[in-house]
Amino acid sequence: MSKKETKKLDYFTDWKYAPAPEATDHIRLQKQYELFINGKFVKPNSGKYFDTINPATEEKISSIAESNDKDVDTAVKAARGAYDKTWSKMPAKERAKYIYRIARLIQERARELSVIETMDGGKSIRESRDIDVPLAANHFFYYAGWADKLEYAFPNRNPKSLGVAGQVIPWNFPLLMAAWKIAPALATGNTVVLKPAETTSLTALKLAEIIQESGLPDGVVNIITGHGPVGASMVNHKDINKIAFTGSTNVGKWIQKAVAGTDKKLTLELGGKAANIIFEDAPINQAVEGIVNGIFFNQGHVCCAGSRLFVQESVADEVIRKLKDRLETLIVGDPLDKNTDIGAINSKMQLNKINEYLKIGVNDGAEMYQSSCSIPKKGFFVRPTLFLNTSQSHRISQEEIFGPVLAIQTFRTIEEVIEKANNIPYGLSAGVWTDKGSRIFNMTSKLRAGVIWANTYNKFDPTSPFGGYKESGFGREGGLHGLMPYLKF
Amino acid sequence: MAYDFRTGPTIDQVGIEERVARFNTRSIKKGSKVQALKLALSMIDLTTLEGKDTEGKVTQMCYKAMHPHISMPDLPSTAAVCVYPTHVKTAKDALKGSTVKVASVSTAFPSGNSTMQIKLADTKFALDNGADEIDMVISRGEFLKGNYDFVFDEIAAIKDLTHKYNARLKVIFETGEISTLDNVRRASDIAIYAGADFIKTSTGKIGVAATMPVTLVMLDAIKDYYFKTGIMVGMKPAGGISTAKSALQYLVMLHETLGNAWLDNKWFRFGASSLANDLILQLEKEARGVYFSKDYISVD
Repeated sequence: MSKKETKKLDYFTDWKYAPAPEATDHIRLQKQYELFINGKFVKPNSGKYFDTINPATEEKISSIAESNDKDVDTAVKAARGAYDKTWSKMPAKERAKYIYRIARLIQERARELSVIETMDGGKSIRESRDIDVPLAANHFFYYAGWADKLEYAFPNRNPKSLGVAGQVIPWNFPLLMAAWKIAPALATGNTVVLKPAETTSLTALKLAEIIQESGLPDGVVNIITGHGPVGASMVNHKDINKIAFTGSTNVGKWIQKAVAGTDKKLTLELGGKAANIIFEDAPINQAVEGIVNGIFFNQGHVCCAGSRLFVQESVADEVIRKLKDRLETLIVGDPLDKNTDIGAINSKMQLNKINEYLKIGVNDGAEMYQSSCSIPKKGFFVRPTLFLNTSQSHRISQEEIFGPVLAIQTFRTIEEVIEKANNIPYGLSAGVWTDKGSRIFNMTSKLRAGVIWANTYNKFDPTSPFGGYKESGFGREGGLHGLMPYLKF
Repeated sequence: MAYDFRTGPTIDQVGIEERVARFNTRSIKKGSKVQALKLALSMIDLTTLEGKDTEGKVTQMCYKAMHPHISMPDLPSTAAVCVYPTHVKTAKDALKGSTVKVASVSTAFPSGNSTMQIKLADTKFALDNGADEIDMVISRGEFLKGNYDFVFDEIAAIKDLTHKYNARLKVIFETGEISTLDNVRRASDIAIYAGADFIKTSTGKIGVAATMPVTLVMLDAIKDYYFKTGIMVGMKPAGGISTAKSALQYLVMLHETLGNAWLDNKWFRFGASSLANDLILQLEKEARGVYFSKDYISVD
């Protein structure tokens, strides 16, 4: 087994797949987007707008309204009014019908939503079409079902809605995160003020159109756009009963301090640096696929990405060799092309951050390996990257990079890998690859992570709760557990 | 190198199926499609394995193999024809002067339930009649009993004989009978280590024939062996692949699993009888922009 492996496979042939860019002529986008408050699109108080660009071409797509404190206040008042006058008084089964209608409308406009999601955020059309948009619809369907069954979900506990929920969501799964937040809030009888991330507001605004079309009473869902201060203003607003935030750990910490001493309920879904653990008895070829899916899904812009790979030493050479080989077949490029596996990095800022980490990794002494693929000259792109021979003490093994960069370590015993996997400030997710069922259960009870996948990775379902330990946050979204943060008992 | 077939790699079926689904979303159109259709045509082992086969039927099929479609004279011929041993001579004569090889099934095809003596004689008869390739079947009963040494030795013996004639050996597992993907992987390793030149999924004689998940497991086995030794082994999915669309999906899988070197009929074959005409139909469609009646395509 010690023989030096030199054979290499060549994937460059003169047989090329046909370019298959998804058509964009069917989508309807306005030149300028306003705020969605009290069922209407209204101009921002500031009168200011900012550009949203396509990260794959760096071209401007549209202008987005910048809110200020006054807009936040108007939106919260609208939400409070809707809560007091209509939404909290409406029979639960009627609420469910609206949520169900939103789900159906998302399905009807799935194609348009996928294309816009890809244009605005840079993710491949394959993912927005097959994952983001269908899952977003499924979340609404799922929570529509709970709306009139809350007493059965929590028997004898007399569940009651909270009031107005302020929700701040990230740029990695714009529409899906909006669905994760809005669907359970509505099902439990709350009204909503939601702020999408500034680089990816478009699908949330398209969702606002859908909500308008669904006939949902005015003010039940309000969507306001803008930068960080808008979120801060929401967090500090006195008439919001609940803050739900998904995003970076730093901002999450700030929010927790800001709501301390108030009676606001809080859930945080923050960063991650998940361990993906490959044991020697794992189905190796499928594990390699799982590693690829774990770290390169959505360009690695996934809080639960399997960004730390732990491979048992006896199979490390084989796994790394196959991983390098597999990297060569990943297609990086135009996100709208159906053949594309890895799309564009979401923003210039994120691109700079990832490139900075690549430098840090090399300077710290890790061995960098990148796919030999070509990347487009325009737009924000990074080659899929592996760091070999990393240590637990390397910054690239400790800090969340949020890009297609995998830090690889080897391990020898099960005790060692459990210790190292848990030796991190985060605890959102983990992956375990082994043919042995008993080992899976042993690992799941010892890994301190909210979600653990066995022999698969990055699988999401509305019925399954999601959330973290430690600096990855608290509270759960999805499933029955996802109702609790929006209820008082 | 010692290799214990009992402790070989395990396969996760869900993972395999997810990978296959990804191959099927690649876009093959226009120029890319024409190129792939021609490549697929050149990889066909045009097959007739019926009890009712006659010399006339075999001769007609051989002409089809050499000239798949008269109105498109520049199309490649198929890689081979595949017949029973008793028809090898007929095929050999009919194909004289062409590049089309003659493959013969053997070893008491399709069940493989016979003595070693008879299997060797069966193979020798085909080789003496001029077969370029031997498609043997493994003893599935012995395999399912866990008698892997028996299966290994059986393949090795047929290989020795086949290679003596400078012919190439394909080993058929009948994956529909050995059923699990773990078994498919184990059978692949046994055949490859015993010296098979090609591994092949099915006889085409039972309900479940070639599938993409099974083929992917076999391609992975070939890849692992290539990584270890640098030796290439060929792959032949057989049975059940009758449409051009499905053939192109297999080629995408081949391309992304084993790469450039295998995109050649020396290393990849389709065992099929009706696939050729669907490829031709699609080639005509690409050339004309419209479909036309199947009556314009010969059905030998």
